[in-house]
Amino acid sequence: MIIRGKCWKLGDNISTDHIISGKYKFEAINDINKMAIHVLEDVIPGFYKLVSKGDVIVGGRNFGKGSSREHAPRLLKLVGVGAVVAKSFAHIFYRNAVNIGLPVIVAKRIPDVSETGDVIEINVVEGYIKNVTKGVEERFTPFPREVLAILEAGGVVEYIKRFGGLPWSRNIG
Amino acid sequence: MGLIERIVSKAIGKNVSAGEIVVVNIDAVYAQDGTAPLVIDVVEKELELRKKIAAERAYFFIDHSSPAPHVAAATVHKEMRRFAKEYGVKLFDVGYGISHQVVVEDGLVRPGMIVVGADSHTPTIGAIGVYATGVGSTDAAIAMMFGVLWLKIPETVKVTLTGSLPKGVMSKDIALNIIGSVKTDGMLGKAVEFRGDTLKELSIDSRMTLTNMCTEMSAESAIIPVDNVTRNWLAERGYNVYREVDWEKEDGYVDEIVVEVSKLEPLVAAPPDVDNVKSVAEVDGVEVDQVFIGSCTNGRLEDIEIAARILHGRRVKEGVRCIVSPASRKVYLEALRRGYIDVLANAGCIIAPPTCGPCVGAHMGLLAAGEVAVATTNRNFPGRMGHRDSKVYLSSPAVAAATAIEGKIADPRKYLL
Repeated sequence: MIIRGKCWKLGDNISTDHIISGKYKFEAINDINKMAIHVLEDVIPGFYKLVSKGDVIVGGRNFGKGSSREHAPRLLKLVGVGAVVAKSFAHIFYRNAVNIGLPVIVAKRIPDVSETGDVIEINVVEGYIKNVTKGVEERFTPFPREVLAILEAGGVVEYIKRFGGLPWSRNIG
Repeated sequence: MGLIERIVSKAIGKNVSAGEIVVVNIDAVYAQDGTAPLVIDVVEKELELRKKIAAERAYFFIDHSSPAPHVAAATVHKEMRRFAKEYGVKLFDVGYGISHQVVVEDGLVRPGMIVVGADSHTPTIGAIGVYATGVGSTDAAIAMMFGVLWLKIPETVKVTLTGSLPKGVMSKDIALNIIGSVKTDGMLGKAVEFRGDTLKELSIDSRMTLTNMCTEMSAESAIIPVDNVTRNWLAERGYNVYREVDWEKEDGYVDEIVVEVSKLEPLVAAPPDVDNVKSVAEVDGVEVDQVFIGSCTNGRLEDIEIAARILHGRRVKEGVRCIVSPASRKVYLEALRRGYIDVLANAGCIIAPPTCGPCVGAHMGLLAAGEVAVATTNRNFPGRMGHRDSKVYLSSPAVAAATAIEGKIADPRKYLL
């Protein structure tokens, strides 16, 4: 599972409100596509048009803080974001991202050296991330086998539908 | 092992430690009208399930945009009622109360349980010794339908509270003091376990404010051990401990913070973030347009009581809106019975139904551009309670009530003789 794309560099404390403001939750009820045009709109105006499939968001500390709103990672994936790299993640965002099949990578150096437009390459299985433009490579702690299985299936719902249970105990339901 | 590790170890029958990922049976799971629509989609459209599987410990709360402020919310609520009926999820409709308050007060969660809620303030319920964490809608859907979830056990930081609360200082001030020093990401990846001699003076109401605010330090969970205060509270209501563990042993912490509670003074979190904590003296005189007393943070009986004590025989300043929203119908009725609502309404307060509305900027007291509010809630990000250029100062109900009287941020101690 290799992700390669353009870097979108963001700072610390990007909240779920930055990603998708709570005020849109009723505007687009039952149609998440209508919310897509608002993704990160106050941070990078027009992001939904500018982003290309497989692009990588590189954030700082506490990425995805705030509300438990799962639309945040869902919308990032929907507009084409291939992965989010950050120094640390808010735990609900992290869980939500794994559950919907958006790789979330904790990295120490890459957030410091990367700039918007750099080419980023991530090998999710082997656990490395490269800023190709800057020539910097960093290894990250590989995901536990089960989390990797969820990411590879494209999310926990897909996993359950394919295998009939969670990867830790395939006997639910 | 910290308390959370002890609860999980007991639940799954083997010793676990921080950092481990385990699959656990979920003792209760709930979602609210902001997160439930996606729960419904995950169950019906994505998992394509057509029947109730493990929903007997699953609850829906209509508390965020409640009563419905617009047709879109009304439509969401209607969907929640349909789904709840079809799938056997117990629904708490408009007016019943805010989820975290109701699950504790109605005995739906009990000490030793492992609980997830599709709301970031779910750790609130850790005040009665529950291991609780916030999740997203997919997690909530899986927990509701299958009764299990994967959890990564967080490391525990011990927060020791020492000494007695001075007059006019509340547990909200303790929480703000901690956030001011550890900052909003200070507990990232961690759980908070409260200890210390102050606890024996803190009611369950006060404790829930402490655990509630741990979300604003990015804690994954927060827990207070079961002690005599908890046991008395449970006994008065006929509730029991669900899962006994060694509540007293203090062990397994990665860090410790000590708060000398007896030295605290009334505080506020000034905009634009919760860790921008200042003493009331530092912001004394900041004029306000609105005061809000309520929410899962400070909408309990004790909070309404202190507001009533301060506003008794006094008036809300001309030109200031003071909105009071009890966190549940039970709180509302008890406040009514004790005369607090009468005092507050006579003082010029607006009594709102139980709702998250003002706190999340959904309805029932939004702010216009340039307006300033003091709120007993938990977040003060730009635009949280309305226009992007409005400002929110977070405080205790005591500071909020004093502020309502003066129309500017005020020290409550002079009203508490």
